[in-house]
Amino acid sequence: MRLDKTELALVGLAVLLLLGGMVAPGWLIFLVTIALAKALVVQGVVMQMKAGLVSFGQGLFYCVGGYAVGMGGPFLGISAGLVLLAIGVVAAVGLAMVLGLLLTRYREIFFAMLSLAFSMILYGVLVKSQELGSTDGFNVNNWTLLGQTIAGGETATHVVFLLTVVAAAVVAFLLHRYYRSSVGMTCEAIRENEVRVEYLGLSPRWIQYANYVAAAGVSALGGGLTALAAGHVDPDMAYWTTSGEFIFIALLGGTGSVLAPFLAAIVFSLVRTYAIEFVPHAWQMILGFTLLGIVVFLPKGLWSLFTRHRPEAPVVPAAPQKTSTGGAGA
Amino acid sequence: MKTNTIKRQLAAGVAALALGAMATAANAADNGKYRVGIVTFLSGPAAGPFGIPSANAAKVIVDGLNKGALPAPYNTKGINGAEIEAVVIDEAGGATKQVEEFRNLVQRQKVDAVVGYISSGDCLAIAPVAEELKALTVFYDCGTSRLFTDNTKPTYTFRTGLDAAVDNIGAVRYLAATKPDVTKIAGIQQNYAWGQDSWTDFTESLAKLMPKAKVVESQMPKVFQGQYGAEISALSVKRPQVVHSSFWGGDMEAFVLQANARGLLDDAVALLTCGESALDRFKDQAPNGTIIGARGPFGAFAPDNELNTWFVKAYTDAYGMAPTYPATKMAHAILGLKAAAEKAGGNNGSVPTAEATAAAFKGATFESVSGTAKMARADGHQAVQPISYGTYKYDPKTGKASIENIITFSGECVTPPDGTTSDAWIKAGFPGAVCN
Repeated sequence: MRLDKTELALVGLAVLLLLGGMVAPGWLIFLVTIALAKALVVQGVVMQMKAGLVSFGQGLFYCVGGYAVGMGGPFLGISAGLVLLAIGVVAAVGLAMVLGLLLTRYREIFFAMLSLAFSMILYGVLVKSQELGSTDGFNVNNWTLLGQTIAGGETATHVVFLLTVVAAAVVAFLLHRYYRSSVGMTCEAIRENEVRVEYLGLSPRWIQYANYVAAAGVSALGGGLTALAAGHVDPDMAYWTTSGEFIFIALLGGTGSVLAPFLAAIVFSLVRTYAIEFVPHAWQMILGFTLLGIVVFLPKGLWSLFTRHRPEAPVVPAAPQKTSTGGAGA
Repeated sequence: MKTNTIKRQLAAGVAALALGAMATAANAADNGKYRVGIVTFLSGPAAGPFGIPSANAAKVIVDGLNKGALPAPYNTKGINGAEIEAVVIDEAGGATKQVEEFRNLVQRQKVDAVVGYISSGDCLAIAPVAEELKALTVFYDCGTSRLFTDNTKPTYTFRTGLDAAVDNIGAVRYLAATKPDVTKIAGIQQNYAWGQDSWTDFTESLAKLMPKAKVVESQMPKVFQGQYGAEISALSVKRPQVVHSSFWGGDMEAFVLQANARGLLDDAVALLTCGESALDRFKDQAPNGTIIGARGPFGAFAPDNELNTWFVKAYTDAYGMAPTYPATKMAHAILGLKAAAEKAGGNNGSVPTAEATAAAFKGATFESVSGTAKMARADGHQAVQPISYGTYKYDPKTGKASIENIITFSGECVTPPDGTTSDAWIKAGFPGAVCN
């Protein structure tokens, strides 16, 4: 298996983060953990953005992942962390398989609004569930990892950090391969011209469907990791402002690379926490100006800082095709 | 090529900013001052009625303490002689973000204690983290009864505010004392944890203390709805004598305005558990006789003692209006912290450790702007104080509102004994309650 530049960077960054985690202060480890977990949800948003759909309700799967982890202990008696995360992913995928049947019929603003509606339905249901603590939510504790009880304190912070970095790296690796595969490329083609893709003999709708379901799974993993790290879940996870935050981060990073959402999420968290510290009464304004600045000066997101300026679309996708046909010929 | 250089400079700039910010954070701590993190809503719907008055109160008290201007027993400078430095943080943004910011306060800004939290969800999420980080934390306002039942064995977390169950037990006791013959009661609550819990506590207490009273209508509009026309009509047709509401802030003021204009409050008396925070704003919009509370002996219900006289004057001088209940609660929490830290002792001018302060805080009795408070529940981590209710009275000549017919119920009368949840205590008919 040959690794390309992005994949090497991914592995390198993951190792660097894990090493950094040994010396970094607790607050930074926690901040990065939450940022990476949220970045996984953003990956779900970006997956759909690449295919031309903007999901304004990715919080739905974030919340399903979080609540699955939270409810697994008290309701199902499961405390194994990895199993809880898996339950969240399975639940989200199952839900997405049903919702996707309806949602993938729609495009543009209609898709955005409908996805938002479904996440707000979950929010409404949770707010009315008093046994789940309504808007106060409930705490997530007493979980185990590979049979080891994760006691509170710094150990727990480090364990979740490790888990999140590994999960993020693995998901990013798979996503990178996916984007370079023919299906991944087709997603971009669907965004550009759906009718032409149909003429190629492919079904844009079922590709969108598969993409939607996969994005749900990735987002639920992010939600589950957030719940483990923060130790608390509440219905706000499904509220539309949460979904808005994911789009904010997606726009901040851009869709240029699988690394972009991670970078954007960390920058977002750092900007926000220092804005809160230095301008407690107007931190939202700092965030607003940041996004405004990005939109005006870097319309393709923060990631465009790390790419060389070169002509767009025509050259890049053609390159791998040429080498592969060349290889077959030789 | 030119855009490339600009981009590179931008990239370098972003990286430098991030590194610079981290570096400044590292040396912010350990300056010999007593650093207190103050967390309250500075933005969002809870900022106006609760958050900003609380932040203002924190400023008044911290400035006063640093000057040594407060009356005895708080006439010593700062906390244990060390100057107090307040770090104010916005509570908006949800529990996950608050957990993150709490860690930043404790681990990055190295605060010695945190005083704050209005939202019950935030308190529930913060409590285990505070214990984990061994960070002294004083919850000053959030009311959830689950705080010390979900987080058993607290060591570093304290609550100087009262449990929300107390509000509603007190409200029913006030009704039973002043309007014992009432038979038709209705309620309107915001449909979220606060409203649901309040209504449960109120109706269950009502069933025990006023068995003849029947609940004729319950409305649960969504939070921050603002327009209550349909709900007011639904309430009106049932002709209730009392309308209970745990509404707060803008929602409460909107409801009172609309219900009054539509005649609901001509026949029915509104019972507003959080009504005091709008005392100066109701003017003639709220009918005289409206029953209002302040979630304890706070705001207009605070006792006439030297500390409160000083606080009301200092606050009024600074902000042009008398402190409302969230402001008094914040002042109360900071004084509690000072009392505990000084009881923990250590050399004058030194900052006592969180362990020593927590040990001194546990079960402590301290004087405050709201009278004497005793940390007598949840193994010495939850304050017990009396609760007062009274009726609204507006004088159109002076344009001033006041409260009359005040009845105060002692803490022992409205607070469940240790080891009993409020829910179980109400259902059992308040065993062991000692009422004056």
